[in-house]
Amino acid sequence: MLKVEDLHVKIGDKEVLKGINLSIGESETFILFGPNGSGKTTFLMTLMGFGNYDIVQGRITFRGEDITHAPIYERARLGIGMSFQRPPTIHGLKTRHLVQMCGQGREVDVDGLAARVNMTDFLERDINSGFSGGEIKRSELLQLMAQEPYLVLFDEPESGVDLENMKLIGDTVRKLLTGNGMPQPDVSMKEIKARRQTSGLIITHTGYILDYIRADRGQVMYDGHLCCEANPGEILDHIGKYGYQECLRCLS
Amino acid sequence: MKNIDLNTFAFSGRAMDEIADLRALDAQDKTEMLMSGVDVTGKGRSGTYLQIDHRKVHCQAKTPGVEILDIKDALKKYGGLPEYMWTQVDKDKDEYTRSAAENLHGGYFIRTEKGAKIPDPVQSCLFLKSDMVGQNVHNIVIVEEDSELHIITGCSVAHGSKGAAHLGISEFFVKKNAKLTFTMIHNWAETTVVRPRTGGVVEEGGVFLNNYVLLKPVKDLQSYPSISLNGRGAVARFNSVIVAPQGSLVDTGSKIMLNAPETRGEIISRTIASGGRIIARGFIGGNNVPAKGHLECKGLILGGGSIHAVPELEGTVDGVELSHEAAVGKIAQEEIEYLMSRGMDEDEATSTIVRGFLNVDIMGLPDELKAVIDSTISETEKDMF
Repeated sequence: MLKVEDLHVKIGDKEVLKGINLSIGESETFILFGPNGSGKTTFLMTLMGFGNYDIVQGRITFRGEDITHAPIYERARLGIGMSFQRPPTIHGLKTRHLVQMCGQGREVDVDGLAARVNMTDFLERDINSGFSGGEIKRSELLQLMAQEPYLVLFDEPESGVDLENMKLIGDTVRKLLTGNGMPQPDVSMKEIKARRQTSGLIITHTGYILDYIRADRGQVMYDGHLCCEANPGEILDHIGKYGYQECLRCLS
Repeated sequence: MKNIDLNTFAFSGRAMDEIADLRALDAQDKTEMLMSGVDVTGKGRSGTYLQIDHRKVHCQAKTPGVEILDIKDALKKYGGLPEYMWTQVDKDKDEYTRSAAENLHGGYFIRTEKGAKIPDPVQSCLFLKSDMVGQNVHNIVIVEEDSELHIITGCSVAHGSKGAAHLGISEFFVKKNAKLTFTMIHNWAETTVVRPRTGGVVEEGGVFLNNYVLLKPVKDLQSYPSISLNGRGAVARFNSVIVAPQGSLVDTGSKIMLNAPETRGEIISRTIASGGRIIARGFIGGNNVPAKGHLECKGLILGGGSIHAVPELEGTVDGVELSHEAAVGKIAQEEIEYLMSRGMDEDEATSTIVRGFLNVDIMGLPDELKAVIDSTISETEKDMF
């Protein structure tokens, strides 16, 4: 699905990512840990293709295509979807309109999707205008559901979210990754799973999201390097006990 | 703002005959009128007034409860309308008001009956057909107590016009608990010079909503309508959407005077310079309490030109609440990238943001008129990015 090779990224003169190698397979969910300022968000922004993130070395391949220097919208059309931590308000652009446009020409059941994330009352509001933390997450999820990406990039699904919203958001992320299908008489669960192959790359600090989703692998980003590949639950336990200090040792 | 030499325009001798059925107009004129919101079939309208150059050519009310007359006929019928005529605009304000006072060509007189809620909009069009024609019109709108009216007025010029001058006086009277929505769409040409002079008064509990749309080029336009809220609880709101392409000079604004307790005024303007020059003015005066006024003046420069925002607030009593926000700038890259991450290319994203910025939706216009405005925006976007 996604293959990143020896990725070096600069913001201005500062090298933030210093040789990232990562593969994420089909239907696989990868969890990225790491202290503030380690380069996690930079990594996601680079994968999505934002300006200000200069790729000075390395290669990004997505579903067989080299997208290292592809514009943002081409990546989106190829099937990368991103949930933003602090998306901008766009005045005069109704949430409903944006969700429709996320379908990229496909018919989108905006009302049906909105009901699933409790966003019905926000459809006629300007996108992100005065939205709370939880509302932003739900709005981002709503857009992703309409977009139906192959790879979901999620920057801290739990930040700014209260406990009640956390369950809704966690459940929605799971459905987004595993598909919302139920077994039918003529379709087995296995077939439904095979039909939808959504991979995930999720940044988390607290690990709360791990209570809701099945995460396959995890790694820690530290000072622009990836290290300590393990089961995400184990990494979380470890960070809880020892902090990120061990990463320093591990890398040196 | 430089003056216009009125001597270069013909202010007499262009009086056409009455046109009973507007569908008989030539196709190009019809198109120009349609772009300013005027439907010649009169479908979904409570009445129509059409003036071409120096004479009214069509005037018909289709709905009981609203009277539509040529202003000249109204002056005769109602003994010169002394309570209304020239009470909201000073006859000696400038050479344009004097021109309209001395040599009146027409204009509409629209009045509702007390309590009449007119369901469909009344439409009017002040059309400049001849080359180098000068037009003096005077419009009076009276919305009587407890009545409601929406007027869509399009001002337009013949395709390929080499030059024309439009001088228009408008006076609005919104009586107790009445509501007037006044939507004006200007569809001029690169050669047209325009000097509207507008004033109005809103009485107790009355509401005046003014929508103004200017998307097409104009050589030189200056207008600054002023509304006085003189009765308790009166409300006025101005929404303006203005685009100034290369060669356009647009000096426009709105003024609201909060003269009575519990009055509210709001001025919202969205301007885009795409090569032209815009002066976006606004004034709210708070002279009584409690009263609230807010002025929002936002501009984008897309592809050259300039915007000079001049928001003004004046409070003259304790306890008045006036505020403004003004911005002149560009589209945030962050917003474009956000939309691109949903699959829109850069032009689609920019266009989506521009439409949101112009926000024609808040005007609450009939669907077919909104569609016309949308397609005009699509056309004008070509100059922006």
